[in-house]
Amino acid sequence: MSEGHDSKVQGEQGKPVVSYRTMNITVSLLLMIVATIVMIASYKLGNGWAKDVGPDSGYFPFYVSLIMFFTSGVTLVQHLMRRHREGERVFLHHREMMMVLQVLIPTLIFVVLSMYIGIYISMALFIAFFMMWHGHYAWYKALPVAVLVPVILFILFEIWFLVPLPKGPFEAWLGY
Amino acid sequence: MDAFFSLLHGFEVLLTVSNIGYMVLGILFGVLLGFLPGVGGANGIAILLPLTFSMPPTTAIIMLAAIYWGALFGGCISAILFNIPGEPWSVATTFDGHPLAKQGRAGEALTASLSSSFIGALIATIVLTFLAPIVAKFALRFGPPEFFSVYLLTFCSFVGMGRQSPFKVISSMMLGFAFAAVGTDEITGGLRLTFGTEVLLTGFHFLIAVIGLFGIGEILVTIEKGLHFEGQSSKINPFVVWQTWKKLPQYWVTIIRGTAVGVWLGITPGGATPASFMSYGLAKRFSKDGDKFGTGMLEGVVAPETAAHAAGTSALLPMLTLGIPGSPTAAVLLGGLLIWGLDPGPLLFVEHKDFVWGLIASIYLGNLVGLFVVLSTVPLWASIMKIPFAIIAPIIIVICAIGSYTLSNAPADLVFMVMFGVIGYLFKKLDYPLAPMVLAIVLGGRTENSFRQAMLGAQGDLSVFWSNGLVGSITALSMVMLFWPAITWLFRRLR
Repeated sequence: MSEGHDSKVQGEQGKPVVSYRTMNITVSLLLMIVATIVMIASYKLGNGWAKDVGPDSGYFPFYVSLIMFFTSGVTLVQHLMRRHREGERVFLHHREMMMVLQVLIPTLIFVVLSMYIGIYISMALFIAFFMMWHGHYAWYKALPVAVLVPVILFILFEIWFLVPLPKGPFEAWLGY
Repeated sequence: MDAFFSLLHGFEVLLTVSNIGYMVLGILFGVLLGFLPGVGGANGIAILLPLTFSMPPTTAIIMLAAIYWGALFGGCISAILFNIPGEPWSVATTFDGHPLAKQGRAGEALTASLSSSFIGALIATIVLTFLAPIVAKFALRFGPPEFFSVYLLTFCSFVGMGRQSPFKVISSMMLGFAFAAVGTDEITGGLRLTFGTEVLLTGFHFLIAVIGLFGIGEILVTIEKGLHFEGQSSKINPFVVWQTWKKLPQYWVTIIRGTAVGVWLGITPGGATPASFMSYGLAKRFSKDGDKFGTGMLEGVVAPETAAHAAGTSALLPMLTLGIPGSPTAAVLLGGLLIWGLDPGPLLFVEHKDFVWGLIASIYLGNLVGLFVVLSTVPLWASIMKIPFAIIAPIIIVICAIGSYTLSNAPADLVFMVMFGVIGYLFKKLDYPLAPMVLAIVLGGRTENSFRQAMLGAQGDLSVFWSNGLVGSITALSMVMLFWPAITWLFRRLR
């Protein structure tokens, strides 16, 4: 997956945003932070020997995150030192970043929206948006898909399988 | 012979109209999930798992296993016709499969790949049938120290056999263990790592992690490349199938080697993907046409497919007998067993005979039915693949969201799903393996419990893991696996 992002394709991909080195450093730092938080929480729980329990609640998570802190630390140092070799290989170009964000942000909005107005209306909006924004479809092409998919899923889940999904005011108005 | 009679009994359990019906349905679902990039066996089964809660466990596992076989078959269709591996284990199939399709020999490539998958799976299933009861019987003697040492071996194997940086493998794995620890501590009953929030009370469900990591993460990686599919036509008819079948026996060495590699890497947690690459590499080295590999050799399709399918099948052996899944998909199936109240492990073979043997019988039939169902429906799948990604992607995301929600009707799970999606995207691009993390989330609780019980039994004496020949040798082997990268590094330095 990670290969093939050479500088050759830079023209169509836009300017480089971030290198593999920077991302590797960032992620290993994040993992070290998570490890530290878990270690502190486990220490407070008790990471030693408890009477009649054996290793206490915090024992396992404490050592797990201690190991994670160490291994991520090694990864961090490796990438801090490896300036020239891996160096400037590009993790994301501008265009790729926009593509990823254009999927990620609508997905988040869809997920949060489904808690308030129900999943069926949110997915209709999400699919229509996605098709028009990403696929450059005209609204009259996106509309049938955006209506049909929720209707099919509604029949499948609410009526056939009797599995309730989050619903909002619109479904309540329909009597569900 | 015991195994043989048990298997016959298994077929009795299997052969009901509803079981067969759900099996065919499962295969069709599986092929669909397998050949679409972004949904695979693991998260496909994760999404559909909640729908099976109301079924009898045997029917449910037959359908879910059928999805797995379908996904294993389906991965090669998009690999050959579109040069897009639907599953990671079909990457090696694209090397020779797609050139064949470009030469107008797609029918041959598909027949060879599907048939050799079937042969690989069949041999692996025979191994499973006769080896599983022996392993299960042996494992009945296991206590907490033995179980912990087997878990240790599983996780250390990822370090020893992984292609990635051992430090990244361990980081990914430990993050999985940390996720698994959140929520209620099973031994003391107290809460931990919830940070005073309500949403973390029940912890992270591993199915949410699977759907996020493999589903959403994969979509993000795919969309970044701005995918547009360019398919080759898929002419396939009984004549082509027959002609190809006549050619297959000449590759018997490749088939046997591929199966052997697959079975081995499936039982140990190497999995289908490394197995397919290793088998392809070996075939390339030992074939007399080795230098023509990559230009469209039938043998180059046969090799990875036998290995991938054999590995996928034999991954069920440790899952059923020891409760240790050999692949992320087997891990999801294991999660299913736990939800249905079945405890995978040696006792399963004693207490739930119908279930185990019904499942094993379904592997035979499922693969046979799968072969013919897939061969006859190739044009249908190829036409679905022509639907643009801008329509398929949002639908896949929506289906992932539904799968996550139906699991426990918790809206917070949807947010966790997106969070795991981001982790999956970053980890995939930065070469952190996802399989050890998923296995750690699934097995974290069991690993920790066996460790704590063993320690309590031994009053905190770590030497319990060396206390007898069995546990001692498994622990020693684990240490070799864990330090394998260091050993090879040192060895290279000294030379």
